[in-house]
Amino acid sequence: MHSESAIREPLILGHKTYHDITSDIVGPIENKAPRAWYVLLTISSLIALYGIGCIMYLIGTGIGVWGLNKTVDWAWDITNFVWWVGIGHAGTLISAVLLLFRQRWRMAINRSAEAMTIFAVIMAATFPVIHMGRVWMAYWVLPLPNTFGSLWVNFNSPLLWDVFAISTYFTVSLVFWYIGLIPDFATIRDRVTTKGMKRAYSILSFGWTGNAKAWTRFEEVSLVLAGIATPLVFSVHSVVSMDFATSIIPGWHTTIFPPYFVSGAVFSGFAMVQTLLLVMRKVMKLESYITVKHVEYMNIVIIVTGSIVGVAYITELFISWYSGVEYESYAFINRATGPYWWSYWAMMTCNVVSPQVFWFKKLRTHLGFTFFMSIIVNIGMWFERFVIIVTSLHRDYLPSSWTLFHPSWVDVGIFIGTLGIFFTLYLLFARFFPVLALNEMKSILKISGESYKQQQAQHHHH
Amino acid sequence: MANKVVYAVYEAPEVLKSAARKLVTAGVKVRDVFSPFPIHGIDPIIGVKRTRLGIAAFMYGITGTSLALLGFWYFMIHDWPMNIGGKPNMTLYQNLPAFVPVMFEFTVFCAAHGMALTYLIRNKTLPGMPARNPDPRSTDDKFIIEVRTEDNAQGGDAIVELLRGTEALEINERQY
Repeated sequence: MHSESAIREPLILGHKTYHDITSDIVGPIENKAPRAWYVLLTISSLIALYGIGCIMYLIGTGIGVWGLNKTVDWAWDITNFVWWVGIGHAGTLISAVLLLFRQRWRMAINRSAEAMTIFAVIMAATFPVIHMGRVWMAYWVLPLPNTFGSLWVNFNSPLLWDVFAISTYFTVSLVFWYIGLIPDFATIRDRVTTKGMKRAYSILSFGWTGNAKAWTRFEEVSLVLAGIATPLVFSVHSVVSMDFATSIIPGWHTTIFPPYFVSGAVFSGFAMVQTLLLVMRKVMKLESYITVKHVEYMNIVIIVTGSIVGVAYITELFISWYSGVEYESYAFINRATGPYWWSYWAMMTCNVVSPQVFWFKKLRTHLGFTFFMSIIVNIGMWFERFVIIVTSLHRDYLPSSWTLFHPSWVDVGIFIGTLGIFFTLYLLFARFFPVLALNEMKSILKISGESYKQQQAQHHHH
Repeated sequence: MANKVVYAVYEAPEVLKSAARKLVTAGVKVRDVFSPFPIHGIDPIIGVKRTRLGIAAFMYGITGTSLALLGFWYFMIHDWPMNIGGKPNMTLYQNLPAFVPVMFEFTVFCAAHGMALTYLIRNKTLPGMPARNPDPRSTDDKFIIEVRTEDNAQGGDAIVELLRGTEALEINERQY
């Protein structure tokens, strides 16, 4: 068996046995849900319903009900799309990239982070689809044989690349997540006593047996899927950034965009993971598994990616001046000093300045402060996309068409609605699914468990 | 004589591994091992071959790349060439740089889904399949060795005797 350096802090606190892990995670599924869960579910599903109502109104009436105008023809819709896709990136980073790097701390958080990814990507995909206006023609983005005179989709266009990137990303993440869930569903199936639950988890677990060959295959599939999900996750946000970068709008036409968007995505995604997990570990009593050390590791990722984002902001600002292109340099001066100065400085403060406080160990290990910061980062990253999209568009080449963007109640309703749908899905996940990867936690118990590490340390002394 | 299957239950993966090693050294064939998580290093002991799923994934991947290339050629070059932003569309080779992203995505799409489906089918894990683990505790905290008399010349009693010599928590015999 592998052993781990005694200096490394334990990832599972207290003395746990394999059976304790099962009980701690499956127990909440078997027992009655706490009252707080019903309260939260009611609130979020009401918001979700309102959002769905707004979407139906939009589809029934037309895109005109949004605040878009002829100059600003992309605004909250695409801002929300990019924001949600970005949030999704943390889940894949945790489950795939950290698997390749053999980071054991990912095991406590990967299941819920991947769930977050899937729900966030669903929310993201909603926006381009409803932006089409006639959503029933959404299948036109696929290269299907048709009777319109061999009219094919344009494979030269980044918008079509996005269709392929997002749909691949969504389906691959879903499959990766579900393959990890199968053995844990089997654990629930073999444990629950009521007939209905046994039947439900029996179907969900696909008849998993856990024999030697199945586990060998399981590990191979996990490794290969992680290997291909890693370039995939980088490609997805790179392609999203190319929606902007391949155009010739000043402020968008920038080669720095792909790495800048990817690090921004990971940055915002980790913030959302913190928001969700800090609540979940408390409500579901998972403090022994999602420890302060986990929170600290995630905060370190937040400083790193936040600093990359900061360098990217300053680089593009510098290059806009250094390029000598007056349109480009005006786009950036206008961002910082024009009518949308407040959104630019909100972005700078939330994304560049504020994460730097995590250099202090006291702050990055403080749970309440981390929760507060995770909200700040989420707000900052929403503003980043708003700044990139709206401030680059609202003053185009013709001063006579200069204008501002004012969101309508439908813009606001749909955005708030997606938050509602997202939290509803997440709450359902937290209630009925194993929120930690049981099989993976058990496999590291004797390596990274607190009591086992102490035993090992004593053993070495004698 | 009826065939018998013997299940020996262990508390930890390391204990199971040393028991399996003992059995194999004594010339007993271990039919299978059931555990709540992967037991690293059990495969060579009980003679489980390395899976070829990785190779399958590679095959699915290059199939995806080829299909994507074929599609680009047909849609964008052969069937209805379009002049888009002046990008050269006379040959696939000239237009190729613009096709790289979708080619990559489709490669990943085919490799991941092809591999996942193969995995589910090979493992016989599909919706509605019945569970075939011998003991429900094997998905919780117990590690189980399965030995069948049909695989071994020693006979049931000799096998049980051997298993008693390991640190098994319990030994269950079943007729089948």
